[in-house]
Amino acid sequence: MNNVFVYCEIEGTTVVEVAQELLTKGRKLANDLGVELHAIAVGAGIKGKVEEQILPYGVDKLFVFDDEKLFPYTSAPHTDILVSLFKEEQPQVCLMGATVIGRDLGPRVSSSLTSGLTADCTQLEIGSYDDKKAGKHYDKLLYQIRPAFGGNIVATIVNPDHRPQMATVRSGVMQKALYEGKAKGEVVYPEVAKYVNELSYVVKVLDRHVEAAKHNLKGAPIVVAGGYGVGSKEGFDLLFQLAKELHGEVGASRAAVDAGWVDHDRQIGQTGVTVHPKVYIALGISGQIQHIAGMQDSGIIISVNNDPDAPINQIADYVIHGTVEEVVPKMIKYYKQHSK
Amino acid sequence: MSLKIVVLAKQVPDTRNVGKDAMTAEGTVNRAALPAIFNPEDLNALEQALRIKEQHPGSTVGILTMGPPRAGEIIRQGLYRGADTGWLLTDRKFAGADTLATSYALAQAVKKIGDVDIILGGRQAIDGDTAQVGPQVAQKLGLNQVTYAEEVLKIEDGKATIRRHIDGGVETVEAPLPVLITVNGSAAPARPCNVKLVMKYKYATCPMERTGEEPWKELFDERPYLTLNQWSVADVDGDEVQCGLSGSPTKVKSVQNIVFQAKESKTLTGTDEDIDGLMKELLDEKIIG
Repeated sequence: MNNVFVYCEIEGTTVVEVAQELLTKGRKLANDLGVELHAIAVGAGIKGKVEEQILPYGVDKLFVFDDEKLFPYTSAPHTDILVSLFKEEQPQVCLMGATVIGRDLGPRVSSSLTSGLTADCTQLEIGSYDDKKAGKHYDKLLYQIRPAFGGNIVATIVNPDHRPQMATVRSGVMQKALYEGKAKGEVVYPEVAKYVNELSYVVKVLDRHVEAAKHNLKGAPIVVAGGYGVGSKEGFDLLFQLAKELHGEVGASRAAVDAGWVDHDRQIGQTGVTVHPKVYIALGISGQIQHIAGMQDSGIIISVNNDPDAPINQIADYVIHGTVEEVVPKMIKYYKQHSK
Repeated sequence: MSLKIVVLAKQVPDTRNVGKDAMTAEGTVNRAALPAIFNPEDLNALEQALRIKEQHPGSTVGILTMGPPRAGEIIRQGLYRGADTGWLLTDRKFAGADTLATSYALAQAVKKIGDVDIILGGRQAIDGDTAQVGPQVAQKLGLNQVTYAEEVLKIEDGKATIRRHIDGGVETVEAPLPVLITVNGSAAPARPCNVKLVMKYKYATCPMERTGEEPWKELFDERPYLTLNQWSVADVDGDEVQCGLSGSPTKVKSVQNIVFQAKESKTLTGTDEDIDGLMKELLDEKIIG
């Protein structure tokens, strides 16, 4: 009762990375709250395959629901499982990744349980809250901190009275780490038919294509990112060259992605990937707040822009007044020269 | 097969390109200065609805929106593009609603509208950015949901076939009607307003939007379609406790404005000298290489 639960999204038999990031965070929250960390895995053919991807993160109890009808994901069966399980287990917190699945499942579960849900949290902490109107004081609530209003404000949300307190978090926002301490590591395999209404298997997946990620932008130590100032798809060729030299990855602002110059999966920002590289080189990026949200924790930020007032210059360590066509070839040239 | 389609739409402040005019002297956003627009992804949803209507003659498309009286503009924008009707849910008792309380109110309205075959909405709104209302309305109505839709491919034999985006790929699903579908911003853009429809509906208003002094007020009696449906909590048999702030499990503890923190930075030009020096410095300090 009253534990921290993490829903572990699974693709085939692989637990997605964001789930492991949330298990890491969940373990810390559970320690702060003095309770256990529980995990839920739902899929097909996962028994014996997912336990080792979940338990090492400090999980006290893992519930595995395995049935061939549970993959690919459809909304109703996964909702049924969480709702039924939560009615039994009465968790105080439930976390899930803010993925396509998480943002489909989270609201349906929270609506069923009349609980509060905060999407796309960038920070989670435990703290107290005073409801001045009702004259009530609450201790040890989950602070669900997230940007809103297009990223122009940061709000701290709490669910004082309703349970579970639910939050979704995007991939790459939290860091994953294996748990050094001791956790119970108990695994149970509940009978799926007891948790899912047979009528819930009503949406059919006719066709499905998933491509393995072509790059690891999220984990790249050096990011070469291009914005509208790159000017064209061909302009990005220069960026790919520079990234290759520096052993980095190429990212982009939303403007460049919307213009069709680069794939959507390279978009950095609130609705894209969050990165924490050692070096972030922003080329022709103005620095809309939604973009900054995805890269503000970078180590060194270098901005190349011919607009001296570009907002990104405010947070850059090096500001270069110039165009991308002018500067990038020189960067490649002098890098090669000096790194011999 | 004629279908009754409802589009959930929201009037939102335009948070996408906050220009200098909308910034205060302290570097924070002046929300009141942002123009109010039709939530972009709801326009994509409207486009899918209008296409379904075209494929299924006899179908109707209605715009359901919850907001203050001026949100009547959202219904007009829908009518100008080809929607048939609209409902404005407006009541002070809805104020302060989080997504759960909002979805409760919308679900009550959909029940009141009755016999709805398809509900379409944008994936998320650009002010809350939660993507929660769609699925929550679906759950409250006991409907199937398909989110992140790119295109409704066909509606046949009481089933909708939908192409949707999933993490790392795409999927085609088939869901029985009635169904709620949320549509991505990358789906087909909404058609422009039709001049004839603009001329027809430009005076269409909800009673609460009217001052009573309009020069064209005689038209309201002559043309009933100029009076938009306006519903309060009572009109949708709403339980006040589940509306507004009291129906909201989530509460905002605090809000911080984002202010750009200026940093000490080195300014360089694009000359060979400067870039040469930069790369050398980055290598020497082992920042790269």
